[in-house]
Amino acid sequence: MKSTIRDRIQQNQSKQSYQNKIETIMPMLFLLMASLSILVTAGIIFTLFRETIYFFSQVPFIDFITGTEWYPFFANNPSYGILPLLSGTFTIAAIAMAVAVPFGLAAAIYLSEYASDRRRKVLKPILEVLAGVPTVVYGLFALTFVTPLLQTFMPSLPIFNALSPGIVVGIMIIPQVASLSQEAMNAVPQSMRDGALALGATRLEVALKIVIPGSLSGIISSLVLGLSRAIGETMIVATAAGSTPNLGFTPTESIQTMTAYIVQVSLGDATFGSTIYYSIYAVGMTLFLFTLIMNLFANHISRKYREVY
Amino acid sequence: MNKEETVQSVYSVKNFNLWYGNTQALKDISIEIPEKQVVAIIGPSGCGKSTFIKTLNRMVELVPTVKMKGSIHYNNEDIFKSNAKVEALRTEVGMVFQKPNPFPKSIYDNVAYGPRIHGIKDKKTLDEVVERGLKGAALWEEVKDRLSENAFGLSGGQQQRLCIARALAVEPEVILMDEPTSALDPLSTAKIEDLIHELKKDYSIIIVTHNMQQAARISDKTAFFLNGEIIEFGPTEKMYSKPDDKRTDDYISGKFG
Repeated sequence: MKSTIRDRIQQNQSKQSYQNKIETIMPMLFLLMASLSILVTAGIIFTLFRETIYFFSQVPFIDFITGTEWYPFFANNPSYGILPLLSGTFTIAAIAMAVAVPFGLAAAIYLSEYASDRRRKVLKPILEVLAGVPTVVYGLFALTFVTPLLQTFMPSLPIFNALSPGIVVGIMIIPQVASLSQEAMNAVPQSMRDGALALGATRLEVALKIVIPGSLSGIISSLVLGLSRAIGETMIVATAAGSTPNLGFTPTESIQTMTAYIVQVSLGDATFGSTIYYSIYAVGMTLFLFTLIMNLFANHISRKYREVY
Repeated sequence: MNKEETVQSVYSVKNFNLWYGNTQALKDISIEIPEKQVVAIIGPSGCGKSTFIKTLNRMVELVPTVKMKGSIHYNNEDIFKSNAKVEALRTEVGMVFQKPNPFPKSIYDNVAYGPRIHGIKDKKTLDEVVERGLKGAALWEEVKDRLSENAFGLSGGQQQRLCIARALAVEPEVILMDEPTSALDPLSTAKIEDLIHELKKDYSIIIVTHNMQQAARISDKTAFFLNGEIIEFGPTEKMYSKPDDKRTDDYISGKFG
């Protein structure tokens, strides 16, 4: 029968009403799903705001952002100065980036410019497994392996310190930096490399003077994303950095980050409704603002340095 | 014949074979490339023309599976000998690609790129090199007032001449061109062809082209490749009027390809 397929298509097309309903319902369903995540985000921000505002009715805003002491647990005269927690967070982030930037970029350059296809296919998944390790495992790794290791070089290093978890946070974000940077480098067209190689450039010159400038926007956004994760990292620092809010860059001392403080209070150190309880929202809000600024910054950077081919 | 032999060879290729994995792309190629002439390489797609010229500056080695046998001498030096530096060869043998591939930098920085990576830093020399390169590529008049603008703002034809200027800036002896006009409109193509005519006074040029009229217009000698072999190599005029091989005649007269 010559016209079978055509007949069947026509038959099927005549059952259109069912099809039409699906076609109108599905987009609505998709929209609902998409809206849900936005709603939840809005809800989180709303709660954060409400509780933060309540906190500032008890503790002056100026004291919070300029105070150099964070002693919420003092029975009389507690002080809520965010700066020690901020400096703890940035100490961890600085150490982490000092580890992640060189290792991550070197790995990215190797994967993108030197590794053979076969080697890349083996190495990249391994690198990404590293990204899937639960952070609590990293925390234990910092506390039970890296800290004792560091103590063999620095006998005076206390068991809880910023250096060890800082390094481990850095190790944790290496895969992300490496993987995203490598993808950015891969996006540089081969014709650019060919152009430079044909002028007698070495592979290293091509990597440093063609590929890196050509993928700078992607590299920077991978770094800022890594930095965001370092700032937001919780388990590793809660496990291995101690809980001593400490102002200044003090890598060899016990410190406390914003995230670690939130964990400490959430685990039940404070009664519901107390000022301490509300302080975690203010700290959370500060954290949220910083990561938000980071992400906006990453967007801006990647737009500014984008090289269009 | 005797007149032919007095011409110096810049490249001397003997019994050269090349494989991509298990596929043989070049079969027993032997050819003498004369100095300061334009040699056109013609042939249907997949015949090995591009592979051949990419071998001359060893760019073909970027393909991981490539295997080679035979010899290629450039100015009497074996280009594959163990202590030969591929970067040195590539500064003497410039290359222009099928699609213009300027760097996403200013016009000035594009031309200055080659000298810079080879350690030439002083502004005055670079200024001269850039001007000479752009003049050599017949682009100077069009861009001299906007050297600091991004090269991507140029038209396709201008970009290709910029790539030629970039190649000239390192003062090569040979320029390899891999279908340099295939992505360009007829007017830009004509400009590049005029330029090639000028360039052969100072450079040996080897050009791969799909366009047989182009080969006839610009080249002194033509090599016809088919399935990885050189079918015929001789003065362009002769190749186009009375070729020795029937396949050459068939290809040039448009019976296949």
